Amino acid sequence: MDFLQPSSWHEALAIRAERPDALPIAGGTDVMVELNFDRRRPGALLDLTRVGELREWSVEDGGRVRLGAGVPYARVIGELGDRLPGLAMAARTVGSPQIRVRGTVGGNLGSASPAGDAHPPLLAAGAEVEVASAARGTRRVPVADYFTGVKRNVLEPDELIAAVLVPTAAGPQQFCKVGTRNAMVISVSAFALALHPDRQAVGTGIGSAAPTPRCAPEAEEFLAGELDWAARRPLPEGLARAFGERVAAAAAPIDDVRGTAAYRRHSLAVLARRAVTWAWDDLRRAA
Amino acid sequence: MTTTQTGARTAGRIGDNAQRPDGTLKVTGEFAYASDLWHDDMVWGVTLRSPHPHARIRRIDVAEALAVPGVSAVLTADDVPGENAYGLEHADQPVLAADVVRYEGEPVALVAADHPETARRAAARIRVDYEVLPALTDPRRALDDDAPEVHPGGNLVRHLRVRRGDPAPTAPVVVSLDFEVGMQDQAFLGPESGLAVPAEDGGVDLYVATQWLHVDQRQVCLALGMPPGKVRLTLAGVGGAFGGREDLSVHVHACLLALRTGRPVKMSYGREESFHGHVHRHPATMTYEFGAERDGTLVYARADVLLDGGAYASSTAAVVGNAGLLGLGPYRIPSVAVDAYGVFTHNPPCGAMRGFGCVQAAFAHEALMDELAAAVGVSPVEIRQRNGMREGDRTTTGQVIDSAAPVAELLERVAAMPLPPPLETSDLRNLPGAVGNTTHGEGVRRGVGYAVTYKNVGFSEGFDDYSTARVRLQVVAGEAVATVHTAAAEVGQGLVTVQQQIARTELGVERVVVVPADTTVGSAGSTSASRQTYVTGGAVKAACEAVRTAVLQRAAVALGGPVAGLALDGDKVVGAGGEVLAGLADLLGDDAVEETVEWRHRPTHAVDPETGQGDAHVQFAFSAHRAVVDVDVELGLVKVVALDTAQDVGRALNPDAVVGQIQGGSAQGMGLALMEEVVVADGHVRNPSFTDYLLPTILDMPPMRVEVLEYADPHAPYGVRGVGEPPTISSGPAVAAAVRVACGRPLRRVPIRPEHVTGT
Repeated sequence: MDFLQPSSWHEALAIRAERPDALPIAGGTDVMVELNFDRRRPGALLDLTRVGELREWSVEDGGRVRLGAGVPYARVIGELGDRLPGLAMAARTVGSPQIRVRGTVGGNLGSASPAGDAHPPLLAAGAEVEVASAARGTRRVPVADYFTGVKRNVLEPDELIAAVLVPTAAGPQQFCKVGTRNAMVISVSAFALALHPDRQAVGTGIGSAAPTPRCAPEAEEFLAGELDWAARRPLPEGLARAFGERVAAAAAPIDDVRGTAAYRRHSLAVLARRAVTWAWDDLRRAA
Repeated sequence: MTTTQTGARTAGRIGDNAQRPDGTLKVTGEFAYASDLWHDDMVWGVTLRSPHPHARIRRIDVAEALAVPGVSAVLTADDVPGENAYGLEHADQPVLAADVVRYEGEPVALVAADHPETARRAAARIRVDYEVLPALTDPRRALDDDAPEVHPGGNLVRHLRVRRGDPAPTAPVVVSLDFEVGMQDQAFLGPESGLAVPAEDGGVDLYVATQWLHVDQRQVCLALGMPPGKVRLTLAGVGGAFGGREDLSVHVHACLLALRTGRPVKMSYGREESFHGHVHRHPATMTYEFGAERDGTLVYARADVLLDGGAYASSTAAVVGNAGLLGLGPYRIPSVAVDAYGVFTHNPPCGAMRGFGCVQAAFAHEALMDELAAAVGVSPVEIRQRNGMREGDRTTTGQVIDSAAPVAELLERVAAMPLPPPLETSDLRNLPGAVGNTTHGEGVRRGVGYAVTYKNVGFSEGFDDYSTARVRLQVVAGEAVATVHTAAAEVGQGLVTVQQQIARTELGVERVVVVPADTTVGSAGSTSASRQTYVTGGAVKAACEAVRTAVLQRAAVALGGPVAGLALDGDKVVGAGGEVLAGLADLLGDDAVEETVEWRHRPTHAVDPETGQGDAHVQFAFSAHRAVVDVDVELGLVKVVALDTAQDVGRALNPDAVVGQIQGGSAQGMGLALMEEVVVADGHVRNPSFTDYLLPTILDMPPMRVEVLEYADPHAPYGVRGVGEPPTISSGPAVAAAVRVACGRPLRRVPIRPEHVTGT
């Protein structure tokens, strides 16, 4: 197995084009597990840790955060908690402190696992994934269109993930993750919520309860239409419950070793109900 | 005028918190575990395992594997020179499967190559032609007439009957339940590893992480067809055991490859292979019934316990013994009827794990005690105190308990400990789900649960349970040094420290060297059944006493006085008042005093085959736990807030180490109650990794209050009582009870999963 170590983004894309059999590796928290368990033997590893551009984040015109694919979770927590609270909450639940220092949002998107912790808040926030190739340059894909199947995404063989573009939060965000122990656990189900009071909209993201991470569009529209955006009166319990049921209905979970489909649906209803309650309370307090 | 000099006492004696000799190395990462073994010209061995729970092997073609560059040997069952069979109690397990595989993961072939990756690649090229056969994977079907036979002669490993008192008892209050316990893994952190080095005499030296060198040696000799003199075992650094190293793993395989290649062979499992490479705790299906007076006093108990032994016998018969003989808990019960069964299936083999049959039973009898308490309207503590054993009582097998049995006091102590403060919601880490941010207090209910247990210490039912110790006292570089040599396996529990403490106490010397355990000294028995401090501790004590007697006789001659009144302390010979009479180094000169002692505890006895009655055990150890949990009853997530315990240890030879055992054992029991399960579906292990086999983290395990009682057992060396297992037995049922209280559901299975709590 070759170990390829570009030192610039330009070089990385060139190598990617030449070696479609190369597996990109950033923090290695997914890739190394696959290698150690002998589940994958790629022809080469394309190590992106020396590409400095990937380890930066900036604020674009319009207030979107351009988060380099190689920024580790620990920095998302430490540096972006105010701008991207949902993503930071999700980052806090990833693995152990050691894993959070290594693991990256770009890597999460590369693996495209239905259980990836970063995905639900990116969906809820309406993020875009910026991918690039040497031949065709850069394109931006809405994260809702990015996942194509279990551990599959829209990347072409010559493409790499450059960054993810996440709108700075305009309102409260929540992320909730159920696991069977209280730390260092892969989610049984996860839910992210973003309230966008500026445009009176709601964003959602569901994890571990369908072949891909997905939104709950019907629940979003329902809630956005029912919320009292103007007066911001207390949230009726029935509305929170009805929203939870719609989120659960949007899931397509399975039974597996981590949990049952029925429990996943049930837990999503509870998480969505609680998340909207907390987020609405935050919004009212902020007013 | 004469002056009397009083010497300093030797430090690091029994009762002191002596430091582990390997402590610094372990904390700094310098300790050499078995997986660190290295030999310059070694090759690597790997195992090819069966993908099927039950299949006939029609043919194995190794040609393609042998052709891989770097491969030095490929072995199958045909290459086993001795008996192709091993086992702790019955030699029913092939070293390499010959005609049939009986569980997923059964070893079929071996490869040695110059790199582990090469060996794995080559193993993947071995062509095994399997005829897949129907698998028996439901233990409840194992004894049906039409069930497939796992071995000729039927699927029953052992049926133990215990009968006592009225054969047809009645009682005004009757409670009953069914209970299931899932398969727990020992999950030791240091996976199976060993290094076999071929010797010039045609034999082999094996360095391996294990729990009992001599029982390994016996089995390896049989498989290799060699006498014990040619198969020498040395203990390599052991990273935890918990019963999972009682059976052989890499042992014979590494030796076979070493003898074939003429090269040292290292084998070291990864985590996934480790899940297939050792036995697990038996899953259990149990039905219990208690009859009691209206005040809760037990009249009778009935229990039916079915343990899934998997494909091979391992120690299933002994586990059935424990589940049957001890499986009604530490209670006075006039009439009992227990039937415990161990059966073969095509599931992964099960065997020894900390708590050994008592763990499974305790979940059932403790859940039922809470049912009884509710039925008669008394508290969980009171019902257990009312029925708890006391010294002088008889067990369900009629054995008189002839040392402390402080059930009531242990419960009183845990009940009297301060309760944790009420739910505090400002820090997510205090809440069920923690930073998963699943609740800010919504749906959270608190529950408190109690459990108590007793466990036999040492091997039971007439087993000749002994240990051997060789102790040598001599002068090295001007100082008296004691050398302790046993074959006892230090697996992390701290026996090396205790051996030093005993030698310091008995010989009054500061410097004690515990040399590596190997088979050049007699057997020490197994590091299991909470027995090593008792039995090997007893052997070291006895050997030290023999050395001391010889030294003091020599001193008496040198000093021209009687032996009476002489003692050893502070590296000196001292008189009755502690006055220094001679330096030990001066007295010994160039001579070494060495004694080897084989030491036995009081004999135990087989039980009556019809009634299970008899004095089966040498000692009982008691512990109680109180668990406090916060449960998110809408999501089924649990935060254990407190897990407090009281345990009688007879005498704490190293108090810090005792508390460490209690903390670790409690965490392991809690793990089984809430998350630890090897999920097996149709004979296949679904979660052979730490990604999905969940062990408690620091956010799952609360700080513990531990009260250690020291009611010395007059029959045991220093009064010690085994420590390691009881906490694993009583902690889980206490946690399960607390969760039941919090959520109001019966929860008749562990591990308790979120969907059980929510009922979804």
